[in-house]
Amino acid sequence: MNMAAAPEAPAKSKGQMKLGMLLLKLRTFIALILVVAYFSIMAPNFLSMANMVIMIKHVAIYAILAIGMTFVIITGGIDLSVGSIVGLAGMVAGGLIYNGLYLPMFGVTVYFHLPMIILITLGVGALCGAVSGFLITKFKVAPFIATLGMLYIARGAALLLSDGKTFPNLVGKEEFGNMGFPWLGSGAMLGIPVSIWILIGLGALAAYVAGKTPLGRHIYSVGGNERAALLSGVRVNRVKMIVYMFSGFCSAIAGLIIASQLEASHPATGEMFELTAIAAAVLGGTSLAGGRGSIGGTIIGAFVIGVLGDGMVMMGVSSFWQMVIKGVVIVAAVVVDQFQRNLQSRAALQDD
Amino acid sequence: MREALKDEVILRAEQVTKLFPGTVALDRVDFNVYRGKVNVLVGENGAGKSTLTKILAGVETPTRGALYLEGEEVRIRSFQDAEVHGIGMIHQELNLFPNLNVAENIFVARERTLAGFHIDHNEQVSQAKSLLQRLQADVDPRGLVGDLRIGQQQIVEIAKALALDTRILIMDEPTSALSTAEVEVLFNIIEDLKANGVSIIYISHRLEELVRIGDYISVLRDGKLVESAPMDEIDVPWIVAQMVGEAADRKVDHVSYSTGEEALRVEELRLPRVGGGYAVDHVSFTLNKGEILGVYGLMGAGRSELFECLMGLHKNSKGKVVLDGIDVTEGTVGEHIRKGLALIPEDRQREGLVQVLSVSNNMTLASLWKFVRGFHIMGDKVKEAVRTMIEDLAIKVAGPNVLIGSLSGGNQQKVVIGKALFTGPKVLLMDEPTRGIDVGAKSEVFEIMNGLAGRGLSILFVTSELKEIMAISDRIIVMSNGRITGEFTREDATEEDLVIASAVGHKPAEHASQ
Repeated sequence: MNMAAAPEAPAKSKGQMKLGMLLLKLRTFIALILVVAYFSIMAPNFLSMANMVIMIKHVAIYAILAIGMTFVIITGGIDLSVGSIVGLAGMVAGGLIYNGLYLPMFGVTVYFHLPMIILITLGVGALCGAVSGFLITKFKVAPFIATLGMLYIARGAALLLSDGKTFPNLVGKEEFGNMGFPWLGSGAMLGIPVSIWILIGLGALAAYVAGKTPLGRHIYSVGGNERAALLSGVRVNRVKMIVYMFSGFCSAIAGLIIASQLEASHPATGEMFELTAIAAAVLGGTSLAGGRGSIGGTIIGAFVIGVLGDGMVMMGVSSFWQMVIKGVVIVAAVVVDQFQRNLQSRAALQDD
Repeated sequence: MREALKDEVILRAEQVTKLFPGTVALDRVDFNVYRGKVNVLVGENGAGKSTLTKILAGVETPTRGALYLEGEEVRIRSFQDAEVHGIGMIHQELNLFPNLNVAENIFVARERTLAGFHIDHNEQVSQAKSLLQRLQADVDPRGLVGDLRIGQQQIVEIAKALALDTRILIMDEPTSALSTAEVEVLFNIIEDLKANGVSIIYISHRLEELVRIGDYISVLRDGKLVESAPMDEIDVPWIVAQMVGEAADRKVDHVSYSTGEEALRVEELRLPRVGGGYAVDHVSFTLNKGEILGVYGLMGAGRSELFECLMGLHKNSKGKVVLDGIDVTEGTVGEHIRKGLALIPEDRQREGLVQVLSVSNNMTLASLWKFVRGFHIMGDKVKEAVRTMIEDLAIKVAGPNVLIGSLSGGNQQKVVIGKALFTGPKVLLMDEPTRGIDVGAKSEVFEIMNGLAGRGLSILFVTSELKEIMAISDRIIVMSNGRITGEFTREDATEEDLVIASAVGHKPAEHASQ
């Protein structure tokens, strides 16, 4: 802009615009503060330490799922199978603790140590993602369809593992050396619950990968322009494979935490979680068209959804209204996102 | 005859100017369309022909200037407006739906219906059949458009325009995908249309064709109208002279850095085409160190496909490619890049850039492995390198972290060049590096190319602009129909030779055999 020709007025309006843009960019964060402020006033006990910890533990599960989902969505895909993998992971871990692994050819039942059980469970999650990724990259199945298939397969597998029953009382047995599973969901380090530590660790790792590694850059480029990425030497198929595996891996972590918190695993656990994870990512500014999004935004998005849900429960809002309100919030977030992008491109033109 | 029936102007564009961000596509152009005549528009790529026709057809609106239809000022703001005024256009890039059948394509958005909502398929098919018969095309109206070859699709596109009963028909390179036999049919149709009072605006690069069927000619150069004349007063050399302009100085200031030492050798490279034949047909050539080798050819001659084969994008290509003594026939794109091949793709927006990323991130996308320690991208090293590259290439940008979309076309292209250079290439493949950028940026791109050649880099570059290829190449090969049909040294090359070589092989027999 030509500042010399029009010194006063444009400078001011430009400053206002910048402030407006900043507010728009921080909108999810502002929404979170508003939501927290509102519930602190309307719902007594909302701001109590105990309630905060419970709430953050809820949010952590959604946030962990949403982190995996964010990478998938940035590549321009979608993962509908995360909820089912949560359920399957819980059943795998539960089954291994409760029943062990029966090997018919030797006629023995093997009980694994806890770290091994966790590793196997995470492996199963990543494997589910790998199957989706394989279908998407090698057979060019649309991500929606491939992961929809995995949604049914994983849920079915979870039900098959116990014939639909619950594995109860997952505390392990001294003689099998698989004690300690509940620590994951109920334990704490330095006064902070383990699941929150996991969220912090995973979030930091994912944000680092997204921002500072070639893999992260490749993920954004695949979603932004797959053809250009391919011509730049990005191994597009490998990148896609990795994001679906990571999403499965995150789902398995969430499944482990839930089973551990309940000290039981139920095959129906995690139904509809995929939609919450997608909503969190979208609220956090991830574009379903691919190429745009951030881990920080997603985590804040997960907090908005989680706090909104818990706060409404505390206020005694009917669960039917809760659904309506969540829906409105998600749609409003996308509308504002669109508005911000229009404003941004207009500002870019002005700068020219 | 002409004197007896004084030719009248049906459509007139007056002082039409069109600005695009960073470029003046049209600069105060006057253009007359005569009733019942073939009005030819010529000019090099980027001269503004397509922009002008798009304005007439309502696809673009002029920044300034006015259009007069039958002497009255009209505003053509949309394709629908143009249709109301009886102006139809056959686009250069085919606007067909491959998933619909031929008849459905011809009547798309103006379906023949019963009671306003039930599509009368039989009626559409029979009308389509008669249109196609008029075009003497052996195309099944019920067949899927996606199953047709390009030439046949072009016929469908023409049929679509005919179905509109247009008074003014714009044909943008209608013959670029047609065989000679099909071109003859098209010319007959044009005669037929003229006899029915339809005015035609005709764009083509094939000059002989223009002289044959044109009645009036207008030449555009760099967005300006250079000259208009009745066709019977002029000839091909006149057209070339007008298109090229002051060509005398074009060969000065060229220094060849070619060392005679081989950098790239391509042997019998071939890529099968869907539906038979080869998109790249037994292509062999060598490229020396420091040499700029121009590849000339018309649209669809197989130049882009050749580059894609060299980069390892087509797994089904055969032949041998040797880079600096190393066989690079096999391998992924990433491996090719690391071995020293870099591609600057033809379509900047679709293939060169990731719009959602910043200038810096775009520039380093192909060479991140150079800025990495372990898994970590070293931000400082990137920042420093990008800053240097922005300076070296004189990219006008507020900072390395602005979004790529906010740059002008020329600066975006420099970012793509920077991206390729970051990979440390030995051979640079540039596909239409000056498309869609303004004259100033073009000459900067040429300077960059010369500078790179001076540093020992070999450059293989494709363009369909004669003047460009003559100005910058040390040597020129011409491709047509996937084959190399001519090779010229800088000294021997004339524009006429290039044009003739680029039209070789468009024989009816070849197409008929497919």
